[in-house]
Amino acid sequence: MILETISTILLLLGAFFGLTGAIGLFKFPDFFTRVHAASVTDSIAAILIISGLILRTDFDLVAAKLLFILIFLLLTSPTASHALAKSARHGGLLSLAETRANNQEASSTKEGNN
Amino acid sequence: MSFIVDYYNYWIVVFLMMAGFYIVISATNLVKKVVGLNIFQTSVFMMYITMGKVSGGSAPIVAEGITSYSNPLPHVLILTAIVVGVATTAVGLALIVRIKRAYGTVEENEFEDKEDLI
Amino acid sequence: MAEFIDLVLLGMLAITALGVIILKDLFAVVMLFGIYSFLSALIFVNLDAVDVAFTEAAVGAGISTVLMLGTLALTGRKEKVGSHTSWLPLVVVVITGGALIYGTLDMPAFGDPNNPIHQHVAPRYIEESPKEVGLPNMVTSVLASYRAFDTLGETAVVFAAAIGVLSLLGLPKPDRRAVESGLKSHLVLRVVAKLIIPLTILFALYVQFHGDYGPGGGFQAGVIAAAAVILYALVFGLPLATHVVQPTWLKVLAALGVLIYAGTGVASLFLGGSFLDYNVLASDPVAGQHIGIIVIELGVGITVFAAMLSIFYAFAGQAEGKNIQ
Repeated sequence: MILETISTILLLLGAFFGLTGAIGLFKFPDFFTRVHAASVTDSIAAILIISGLILRTDFDLVAAKLLFILIFLLLTSPTASHALAKSARHGGLLSLAETRANNQEASSTKEGNN
Repeated sequence: MSFIVDYYNYWIVVFLMMAGFYIVISATNLVKKVVGLNIFQTSVFMMYITMGKVSGGSAPIVAEGITSYSNPLPHVLILTAIVVGVATTAVGLALIVRIKRAYGTVEENEFEDKEDLI
Repeated sequence: MAEFIDLVLLGMLAITALGVIILKDLFAVVMLFGIYSFLSALIFVNLDAVDVAFTEAAVGAGISTVLMLGTLALTGRKEKVGSHTSWLPLVVVVITGGALIYGTLDMPAFGDPNNPIHQHVAPRYIEESPKEVGLPNMVTSVLASYRAFDTLGETAVVFAAAIGVLSLLGLPKPDRRAVESGLKSHLVLRVVAKLIIPLTILFALYVQFHGDYGPGGGFQAGVIAAAAVILYALVFGLPLATHVVQPTWLKVLAALGVLIYAGTGVASLFLGGSFLDYNVLASDPVAGQHIGIIVIELGVGITVFAAMLSIFYAFAGQAEGKNIQ
């Protein structure tokens, strides 16, 4: 009974973090912050949901398979976010702070020349 | 209400089929046409699997204590269909790569009047 | 409750299809197609079709998306805005859709066990296959034993597709000099890939031989093993990958798989039964069925692995030639 309540709480928390990750994907202003929001879904939501599911099994082969899935997800999802951010950086994408600094420099040099 | 639940699957399948059909006949880019064809194929798979489902049944794997199984025959047919679909897609995409090399473009209305550059 | 999940997932699928129609950036369209495949796999699990969900996730969201991205690297990302009228296709589509919806009103209700589809052949498979074939996974027993001839045709189609792509595009020549190229600076990717690739190949072998007892089988295993080598080629570079798994071997393996499958059928002809009748392969019919199914699933797995990998090599070889990373 108490295992069921704990697993329900874990599943609901995992769903909440997944939802906030999805909302962040829309609301954040810049590419790199959006990648961070998406990777929240991959890491913390996956851990919470899979732990909640493990508590619902009888701790047999199914629980071991769920554990393997969790390890695999924790290996691959942060790597995917890293690869995304690294290739964006390699392609020359600037973060929001750097773009604003560039625009300020450009407008101040224009005023200086005028 | 039960009328909607009975037929909702089929209506969504028809919607997806028509979406795929619309992409195939109206897109000018050949890669988008192939994507539309794949959407059409997957909607057909959904229809077969929907027909094979039995309420209250389980997956067609023999296990103790289960009396009612979903129908395994549509699953077999759709397994074959999925693999044949990807084979067709691969050949279609290879043809698109060759068309690009021959005509320089993959937009449908641009290469209809071009000479064969090969 | 299960119907509610079904409704929500199908709604999301419809929205994804609308997104594919509206968007002009082809890269986003291909990504949406991958999402569409994954959502379909979820719906298949909800409809108790676990083998089909496995295959759709591996093949649709894996191989199809990779091949489309490879094509986009060669043909360009943006779709040009159409100049011809777009109302005529819309009218045709609406009329056809209306006629089809009128047709679906005659279909039997969803999920009813008394539907005609569940009445004739399916009860025989469900009741007799544990006794005649003896495998828990009924889909594998129908696919590999009762309808083995269709599966032979399917393997031949995969082989023919590989031949078609190879004759159109050609394989890359193994290049001895450029073996050290690749993503040298991407340390995280290289380390994680070295961890994951052996586990993926092990999982492919597990799926191949466990297909008799759970979801799985030759097709899924071949696709997963090909995905492992594709990951190796993406992280370490195509010349190194062609050095490890050589293209000439792939041509031999693809033909070998079909030969194993058809050879089993011919062997059962020589042993006194009909073509692809496994009962004569051993003294006990059920043991003969088990032997026959394992051998042909092996043939299918080998052919699918070799075909998918050689198709990927053909596409990637074109991109290498044009110097795109």
